[in-house]
Amino acid sequence: MKYFGLVWAGLWRKKTRTVFTMVSIVIAFLLFGLLQGINQGFSTALARLDVDRLYVSARTGMTDGMPISYLSRIRNVPGVRAVSMWAYFGGYYQEARNPIPAFATDAVELMKVYKEIKIRPEYIEAMAKTRTGALVSEALAATHGWKVGDRVPIGTSIWTNKAGSNTWDFDIVGTFDASAYGAGFPSFYLNYSYFDEARQFGTGELHYYIVSLQDPKQAQRISREIDDMFANSSVETRTQTESALAQSQLKQFADINFIANAIVGAVLFTLLFLTANTMMQSVRERTSELAVLKTLGYSDTKVLILVMTESLLLCLFAAALGIALAALVFKSPALQKLFGDFSMPLFVAGIGAGIAVLVAFISGFPPAWRARQLNIVEALAGR
Amino acid sequence: MTALVTLRNVTKSYVRGKQKVEVLHGIDLAIETGEFLALMGPSGSGKTTLLNLVAGLDQPTGGEVLVAGDRIDRLSRGSLSDWRARNIGFIFQFYNLLPVLTAEANVEVPLLLTNLSKAERRRRVQIALELVGLSERARHKPNELSGGQQQRVAIARAIVSDPTLLVCDEPTGDLDRQNAEEIMNLLQALNRSQNKTIVMVTHDPKAAEYASRELHLDKGLLTNDTRRAA
Repeated sequence: MKYFGLVWAGLWRKKTRTVFTMVSIVIAFLLFGLLQGINQGFSTALARLDVDRLYVSARTGMTDGMPISYLSRIRNVPGVRAVSMWAYFGGYYQEARNPIPAFATDAVELMKVYKEIKIRPEYIEAMAKTRTGALVSEALAATHGWKVGDRVPIGTSIWTNKAGSNTWDFDIVGTFDASAYGAGFPSFYLNYSYFDEARQFGTGELHYYIVSLQDPKQAQRISREIDDMFANSSVETRTQTESALAQSQLKQFADINFIANAIVGAVLFTLLFLTANTMMQSVRERTSELAVLKTLGYSDTKVLILVMTESLLLCLFAAALGIALAALVFKSPALQKLFGDFSMPLFVAGIGAGIAVLVAFISGFPPAWRARQLNIVEALAGR
Repeated sequence: MTALVTLRNVTKSYVRGKQKVEVLHGIDLAIETGEFLALMGPSGSGKTTLLNLVAGLDQPTGGEVLVAGDRIDRLSRGSLSDWRARNIGFIFQFYNLLPVLTAEANVEVPLLLTNLSKAERRRRVQIALELVGLSERARHKPNELSGGQQQRVAIARAIVSDPTLLVCDEPTGDLDRQNAEEIMNLLQALNRSQNKTIVMVTHDPKAAEYASRELHLDKGLLTNDTRRAA
C-alpha cells in the first residue's frame, strides 16, 4: 500500500496517453458488461421459466394453425393439469406503429396455466360473460389511458371479421398484472370463442396449446405422448418446454451468446495490444527512472512488481468504470422497456475483473520483465 | 581512523563488440570513515567505473571490494540491492528525480523500502528537506524547481535513510557557479557536521577543493593521492 503513490504517479506520467488508453478500456468493458449482461440476463430469464408448462405448436411452424379439436385430446393425456390456448390476433391501436400483443384465449383456463398472473376474480367472471370482452395488462392500460368499461377499437392486419372490417371493437372488462412473466408476456387477451365465430377464415384453428403439468418431471414423457398422438395427422405437433420455446424464439433473431462472445473476444484481443503498447512505451520512457529506483535499492523483483501493479491498476480501474457504466445503462428506463427487468448479474462483474487481471498480466509482463532485467550502469549511462 | 572502503587489486574490463576494454588495472585503495574524497581524472580514466564498484552498482572483474565490512564483490544482485538501500546515498549529475513526484515524495522513495511508519517517514523527510534548506518547497514537483534546488532535493533523498557512504557523480556538472558553490558547501557541511563519508567524481577542480582528499586516475590507474588539512 505504501507504494501506491509511486505506482499511481507513474501511471499518470503521460496524462493524455493514460486517459486515451483508459477510455479504450472503459469502452471495451462497457461493451463487455452490456453484451454479457444481456446474454446472462436472457439465460437467467430462461432458467427462471417454468418447467411445468409445455407449449404445443404446429410442427411446420409457430404461425401455422392447429385444430381446436386437439384441446380435449391433450386434456386427457395423463399428468396434464390444465390446458389453455393462444391464437395470434396481431393487433394494433389506432395506427400500425402502435402494436398490441393481442391473443385470443380461454381466460379461465389461462389463469389456471399462468398461476402468477395477478387478477381480481370478478374480472375473470366478467370476461367469461362478455363475448367482446378483453383483459389488458395494467401497463398497457396505463400506456393508452384505458380503464375498465372502455370500448377500444383494435386493428389487425391478419383477420377480417364477418362485418368485413379489420378493426374489432372490444370491451375492457378487467386488468391484470403479469410482471412475474417478464416484459414479453402478451398484454391483451380476447375471447377465443368470439374471435373464432367472428373471423372470416381460419375458423377452428389456433397457434398454441399451453399445457400445465401436475409434475414437471413428467414433461418429457407428456411432450412425447402429445406429439405421438398427432403423428401422421393433418397437422403434426411439436411440444416444447417454456425455456426451449423461448430459446428457439430467441434464435430466430440470432445466436446472442455467440455474437456476444465474438464481439467481446475481438475487442479484448485488440485491447491487449493497446495496453501492452502503452505499458511498453511507458517503461521505455522511464528507463533512467527505473534505473534510479534500482540504484536506491529497489530489487529487480520489486521493480517488476511495481510495473505489473501499474498495469493492473490501469486495467482494473478502467474495467471497473466500464462495468459500472454498463450496470448503470441497465438501469436506464429505455433498456428496461426493451428487455424488461434486466440487470447485470454480479458474476459478470466478477468475470470482467478476471479478464481485466488477465489483460493486465499479459500486457504488463513483457515491459515489467524488461524493467526487471534493466542493467543499472548501462541505463544510467543512457546506453 | 578505520577504512570504510577497501579495494584490493581491483580490475574491471568490459566487452564492447568483439573488443575487451580494460578500464581499471589492479586498484588498491582505502577510504576512511569521515573522509571527503574527490576522484578526478580525464574522461575515460575509469572514475565513474570505480565509483560504481564502491557503490555496489557494478561488480569487479577481479579483486576485492570491502565496504562497511561487507565483501560486496561477492554479493548477488538481490543482496546488493538490499545492501545499497542500507548503506549508500546517491547524488547524480542530472539529479535524477522522479518527475511525477513532489520533492517530499522523491525524498521519501528510499524510505519506502524500510519498515518505518508513515509518520516516521514524514518526519525524516521533513528533517532531510530542512537540512538542505528546502522545506518550504516540499510540495513542488521537480519541473517547478531550479537546477540547484533539484540537486538539493537529490541530496535530501541521498541522506534521508542515513547511509554509511554518500557517492556523488559530478554533482555540480549541470549547475552554474553560484549553485555549484552552494551544493559543495552543503556537501562539505554534511561531511563535517554529520561526519558523512563522501566519494565524489568531478571534473571541476573548484569542486574538488571542498574535499579533504583528492585522488587522480588516469587510464585505469591511480596516479596521485593528495590529502588536505581540514
